[in-house]
This record gives sequence, C-alpha cells and structure tokens, in this order.
Amino acid sequence: MTAPIETTGSQAEAQPEAVLAGVKSQNIEGRSLGQIAWTRFKRDKVAVAGGVVVVLLILTAALSRPLQSLLGLDPNAFHQDLIDPNTTLPKGDFGGMSWDHPLGVEPKFGRDILARILEGSWVSLVVAFGATVLSNVIGTVLGLIAGYYGGRVDAVISRLMDTFLAFPLLLFAIAISATLQGGAFGLEGLPLHILVLIFVIGFFNWPYMGRIVRGQTLALREREFVDASRGMGASGPYILFKELLPNLVAPIIVYSTLLIPTNILFEASLSFLGVGIQPPQASWGGMLNQAVDFFEVDPQYMLVPGLAIFITVLAFNLLGDGLRDALDPRSR
Amino acid sequence: MRRSAIAVAAALSSASLLLAGCSKADDNGDDGGSKATADAATKSVVNASAEKGGTVTYAMSDVPDSFDPGNTYYAYMYNFSRLYARPLLTFKPAPGEKGNEIVPDLAQGKGQSSDGGKTWTYKLRQGVKYEDGTEVTSADVKYAVERSNFARDVLSLGPNYFAQFLDGGDKYKGPYKDKSGKGLASIETPDKYTITFKLKQPFTDFDYLVTAPQTAPVPKAKDTGVDYTKKIVSSGSYKFQSYEEGKSVTLVRNPEWNAKTDPLRKQYPDKIVVNLKVNQATIDKDLMAGTTTVDLAGRGVDTQTQAQLLNNKDQKANTDNTYGGRLVYAALNTTVKPFDNVECRKAVQYAIDKVAVQTAQGGPVRGDIASTVLPPDVIGYQKFDAYPTQGNKGDAAKAKEHLTACKQPNGFKTYISARSDRQQEVDAATAIIDSLKKIGINAEMKQYPSGKYFTDYAGVPAFAKKQGIGIMMMQWGADWPTGYGYLNQILNGKAISASGNTNLSSFDNAEVNKLLDEAIQNPDESARNAAYAEVDKKTMDEAVIVPLTYFKVLLYRSPNATNVVSSAAWSGQYDALNLGTTKK
Repeated sequence: MTAPIETTGSQAEAQPEAVLAGVKSQNIEGRSLGQIAWTRFKRDKVAVAGGVVVVLLILTAALSRPLQSLLGLDPNAFHQDLIDPNTTLPKGDFGGMSWDHPLGVEPKFGRDILARILEGSWVSLVVAFGATVLSNVIGTVLGLIAGYYGGRVDAVISRLMDTFLAFPLLLFAIAISATLQGGAFGLEGLPLHILVLIFVIGFFNWPYMGRIVRGQTLALREREFVDASRGMGASGPYILFKELLPNLVAPIIVYSTLLIPTNILFEASLSFLGVGIQPPQASWGGMLNQAVDFFEVDPQYMLVPGLAIFITVLAFNLLGDGLRDALDPRSR
Repeated sequence: MRRSAIAVAAALSSASLLLAGCSKADDNGDDGGSKATADAATKSVVNASAEKGGTVTYAMSDVPDSFDPGNTYYAYMYNFSRLYARPLLTFKPAPGEKGNEIVPDLAQGKGQSSDGGKTWTYKLRQGVKYEDGTEVTSADVKYAVERSNFARDVLSLGPNYFAQFLDGGDKYKGPYKDKSGKGLASIETPDKYTITFKLKQPFTDFDYLVTAPQTAPVPKAKDTGVDYTKKIVSSGSYKFQSYEEGKSVTLVRNPEWNAKTDPLRKQYPDKIVVNLKVNQATIDKDLMAGTTTVDLAGRGVDTQTQAQLLNNKDQKANTDNTYGGRLVYAALNTTVKPFDNVECRKAVQYAIDKVAVQTAQGGPVRGDIASTVLPPDVIGYQKFDAYPTQGNKGDAAKAKEHLTACKQPNGFKTYISARSDRQQEVDAATAIIDSLKKIGINAEMKQYPSGKYFTDYAGVPAFAKKQGIGIMMMQWGADWPTGYGYLNQILNGKAISASGNTNLSSFDNAEVNKLLDEAIQNPDESARNAAYAEVDKKTMDEAVIVPLTYFKVLLYRSPNATNVVSSAAWSGQYDALNLGTTKK
C-alpha cells in the first residue's frame, strides 16, 4: 500500500507507526501528490535522462535561429561546388563532412545538413507541440462532457469520435492544404503552413484523447467526492473542471508525451506528400523524405535527420513512461 | 564466351537485317573485340542477332493506362503495342535520330496527298491476317480510328487529333452510338485495301498522325469497348496468351503473322512477358542481374542506381544516356502581374542559374542546359541563346536592369507551382527560388499532384490567375517529332483552354499563331522547319518560357538484350519491335 505520506528509508516505510512513536523531534511533513510524483520520477534514471534530452531539444529549437547565426550557418545556401555533378552526391567521404560542414552537405543542392537540422528542429517541434495541445484540449473537454453526462450526450459525442476516427485523414489533409495554400486567416507562407499542419494533425487526432478521458471520467463520476460535490450543489462545469479534471492530469500528461513523437512522424509523412512544409524551408520530415532517394549511396544524409527524429521520439517516450510510473502508482 | 557467340551471330545476320546503316557501325565496334560502350544504342544496333528463342521480360513500376492501342497516350505503349497491333505507318527501328524516319507498316507506303494536303490516301498490304486467320481490311482501320477518337465516353485516354482534323469530326458521335454502321463519312474505304482521310484543312504532318496505334486495325465484331484491352485481337507478330489486370501480361508468337507482309518485325523471342507494379529499385536490380530485359516505361534508372552505375566503369558501358524528346522549362504566366510585362519576364530569364537547376535535377546525365523551346532531337531545332549568361550561371546585374525597366527594382513576390510527386521538378523549383531570391524576387512554392496538375491546377488559367501563380514548372514532349507537333500545344493562343491547358503561359501572340497555322499548311518542308525556328525565336524574345534543360534519360541496357536501339521517336526508349534475348 502506498500512502500519500512517504519518507525515504525502507525501514521507516515498513513501520510508520514505530517511526512516529520513536522520533518525535523529526519534522514530518504531509506531501502533495505532485511532490510524491517528483520523488518517484527522480528515482527513475532513464526517465530523467529522457527528460533532460527533451529539455535540451526544446532549448535547441527555441534558440535555433540565434545558434545558426552564431555558427555562421545558412540552411538555404547552396554549395554546389561540393557536389559531383554526375552523381549529384557530395564529394568526399561521409556525405561531404568537413570543418565547414560538420554533418556533411545534402546531395543535389549542397546545403549544410547541420544548419537544416537546426532549422528543422523548431518547425518539427512547433508543429508537434501545437497539434498535441489542440487535440488534447478538444479531446479532454469533449471526453469529460461525454463521460460525465452520459446518456444522449455521450451517444452523440461517441458517434462523433467514431466519425472522426473513420475519416480519411490523409485525403482531407491534401485537400485542405491545397485550398489553403494561397493564404488564409491573413497569413501566408511558413506561418500558414505551420498553422495548417497543426490544425490538420491536431483536429483529427482528438478522439484518441477523447476516448481515454471519457473512460476515466466514467469511472470517476461514481466516486464519493463527486457525489459529495454534487450534493453540495456544485454546477456541472465546476465538477468537470475543478473536481474531475485534476484527477485526470496524469493520463493526459502521459498520453501527450506519447502523442508528440507520433505527430513529429505525421508531419514527416505530410511533407512527403508535398502538402506539409514547402521547400526550401527545412523540416525533419522533408529531409528524411529527400534522403530516401539516396540511402544506398549516401547513407549519411538519411542518418542525420533519422537520428534526430529517433532521439526525439525515444526521449519523449522514455519521459512519458517515467511520468506514467510516477503519477500512477497502480501501473507499477 | 557469350560475347563471341553474339559477334558471330551479328556477322551472320547483318546481311539479312533490314536495320540498314546500323550494322556497319556495329562491325567497327566488334573489330577490337570490345564490349558495347556507353551510349552505343543511340549510335548503332547493339548485340545485333537473328537468333530465335528465349523470353524477353519487361517490367514497369506502375501500370500502363491501357494495352488497348486505341486507348493509350504513353510513348512506351505507342512503342510496345506495335508487337500486337500494326499501325498504317510507324517509325524505323533505328538508333538515335535515325529513328525519327517514318516507314510503312500496315500500309504499303506513305500517304498520297491530294487536294493541297487535305486528302490522304493509304494502300494497305494484302494478306495481313489477325491471330484468328481473318484478313485485315481497310474497314477495320476506319473502325479503329473511329472508336479511338470519337467515342470519348468509352475510350477517353488517347489523344483525339483525328476528331480535330477530319472533316465533320466535331459532329460524329463514335461507332458505339452510331447505329447506322456507316461510320464517319470523311474516312472512305473504296475497297478492302484502300483508305482515304478527308481533312478540314491542309495538314502536312498527317503521316506522323497515322503512326499512332489508333490506326492499328480492330475487328468490329470483336470489339468490347473499354474491355477490349483484355481480349485484344492481334494483327502483329505476337498475340496475348494471358492478361492479368495490373499484374502481368504474356505475349506469344502469333502463328498467323507472315514475314512476307511485314518487313519490320522479325519475331525473334518465343515469349514476351510484362511484369507490372514492380518497385523501380527492384527493376534496376533485376536489369543488372539479367532477370529483366527492359524497363517498359523507359524513364531511366532511379537516382541511387544512377550514382552506382556512373561510379563503375564496367557498368557505365551498359548505359545509354539519351535525349527524351522533351524540354524541362518554367512557364511565366502572362496573366499574373508583374509577368504581364516582358521586362519582368526577361529579368527571370537572366536571373536563373541554370547550372544550379541542372545539378538539382540530377546533373548533366538528366539533361543538358537548354536555351531554346525546341529540343535538339525534334525536327526544326536551331541552336541559339537569347539570354546568354556567363557559364549559364545567371546574371544578377542584367536581371536587375530588367527589373528596373519593369518598375520593380526591389523585386516582388510570386508563386511557383510544381508537381508534388515529381521530386526532380520540386528540386528544380527549389533551385529557381534560390536564384530569384538573389534579385529580390520572393517566390513561394505550391505543389500539386501530377494527376491533376493540368485538369485542376496549373492547367486551369482561371485558377492559376486567382492563386497568383506566376511561374509554373513544366515538361513537354511532342506527340510526334516535328516542330508543329511539339510547339502548337504549348505556344498557339488557340490552344489555350479552360481546363487541361498546356499553354501554361497563356501566350497569345498573333505573329506566333499565324506562323504556326500557316506552317502546317505549307507543303515545303524546309520552309516549315524555318517557320518553327522562327516561332522559337519569337517566343524567346517574348520571354514567356524559361528553357531549363533538354531532358535526358539514363537507361540501363541489359547485356542479355539483342537488337537494342534507343530511338528518338520513342523519347529515347529501346525500340520494342525486334528486341531479343541471349538468355534461353
């Protein structure tokens, strides 16, 4: 049994009464759920490592542009003098690695791969985070309402989820991107493309989150604290957002960390169809797609964006696993 | 050992080969006992052999639009379908530009024109039989032209030039709707072996038009409309043994085919197999392993194979790097500001670094740098460069001058369209964006799927104008290799259409229109070709098209394949008629 009071030291944990009786002077604090989770999380070295990497990634993405100018890199500058015109592959070994271009250059254009990885990091992360936030907000709100009110409301929302899940997402993505390419919402160019991607990916992935939240709410709404709250005359929204939602934070956070890597990969597949980020703007997905044509003759080119995506996905997954373990003791 | 056997066979057969003018060059190659070299099939017949037997295997990464000779618009099907469907005339199976020569196939000779080029008569060979033993008659040819050109609701995939040029062609509804059984009055069949076409206006390229497989005979009793592709009645040297939709096709010798009625076909292999939907990388590997003889689509090897082949001297000898009869270009849209001003168009002409574009597309192997609308392997080509820059690398200073003349000294913003599933095109557009940025023109890319590029997007002038697409990536190959066949659809103002438009610049210049309209009625060939060169120069003066590269393909020539010629008439593809194999 894990009680909400916990002290370090296995002996103490085994016999709490004895400890209480024995050392009166020791100041015993009650700790919040958050503190307990943090303690648990800190013990999970793998998850901490994942978290550190995630923080580093976010920093890199946020400082991408300053970093580029600091290193004197330009993601869109051509260096075709470094390309063999017949094979269009970089001259030299390991994809044209040199001090000027530490990760080598692209085939065909000779653009610096390091610069493009840096530039692509913020695009990929912004799209993935934005889409995750969007699908979480919609999914959580609708899932809560469906689970709490039940009956017809639940039936309607659940069918809506089914409809969205059955929606041919890629076809829709292509159609909407093609129609919105010219400019919409007073935006054009890169901001518009990012917004469209966030919308397409986020708006159609909410039912997954919605179902999880609905299931949890169904279980929670029968609990005493909800009954008590209702008995004291709390309104529906109050119960939903003040009583139920805080109890759902754990699954939501966990699921979000797992959704972010999925969305990074989704951005990649949309770029492949030409409806994502438009060249010459760098994005990890776009780089990976270009590299596919060269993986046998210039594996280095595929390795770099591949590793970037791999590390990001792995870090988020490890972080998510650790968070789940920390926040939900039953899952141990 | 195998090589010497081929050399002997080549020596034995060279006398009997009709492929005149080719055996001599081939002998030169064999003197030193050396292997075929790179590009050999564009200059001579490689591995000439009269040996029979074996299976020739074709492979393709996709599926053809149709095997029905009356329902296809791909050069490789025009080429391949001749194995089982004989058009009136065809192109000579000869290397390189020699392949552009028209030779009689089902007809005895070229068309006899009268009435100043408005009436064309062809005499059929006698004794040509279908695979079921019945004789081919001129009525079958008439029927084939009618079904392929006028029944657009049933067979819609091929071009309909006959409907455009034949007298009364706009009113006739096609043989499936016409129950009278008389057909179109302007195609006359006075006897079993004579067919006469009557046109609205003189059309001197008509012989080229009848090289289309649409003139290959189809027996009316056996026609099943769109399903005819599954049960094609052969008039050629091979017939269908099996047809598996989207998977594979097997052809075997047609026993009713008679060499006496056919000077072109030799019927060397026992069997011809076409495997469909094979991954391009797999096709390339199978070609090198010898399990596949030819890539049916003839678009060349993929990027990785290209690098592997070019880095290996032995393998490089087995490649043919040929012109594909096409120009890769950027069309400047005259309906979008500021490209309505010729000075702004000229600025783009000078600004683009063509070497960067060429490298982005895959280097010189994928195309030579272009300066004219007509590619060098199309009749009428004349070399000139209206906007020369140092090393073709662009000239920002000159471009700026023209920008200033256009009253846009600081550049402007525009869009550039490309086909999303054509990586080469997207890459070329990326290079153009980079070039234009240097003179302040900020071009943003818009990608559309190639299947709808002309029907819904770039080929819809109203759409392009509304979206502000000033630059459109384009690739154009001729339906037949003359100046008219090439230029008319992309430059004649009359060719602009509301959808499916190929005159992407919406270029409507009275002088150019007049030159084109008059040239095609002019019986003097050299005058016609001079007119095409004139059109080319006028177009470049108006700067509506930025020629980027003359498209080239890198084909892998299987060392097992015999009688290999890469013909300009088929966009550089290997001529299918007499391909054989040394693999038994």
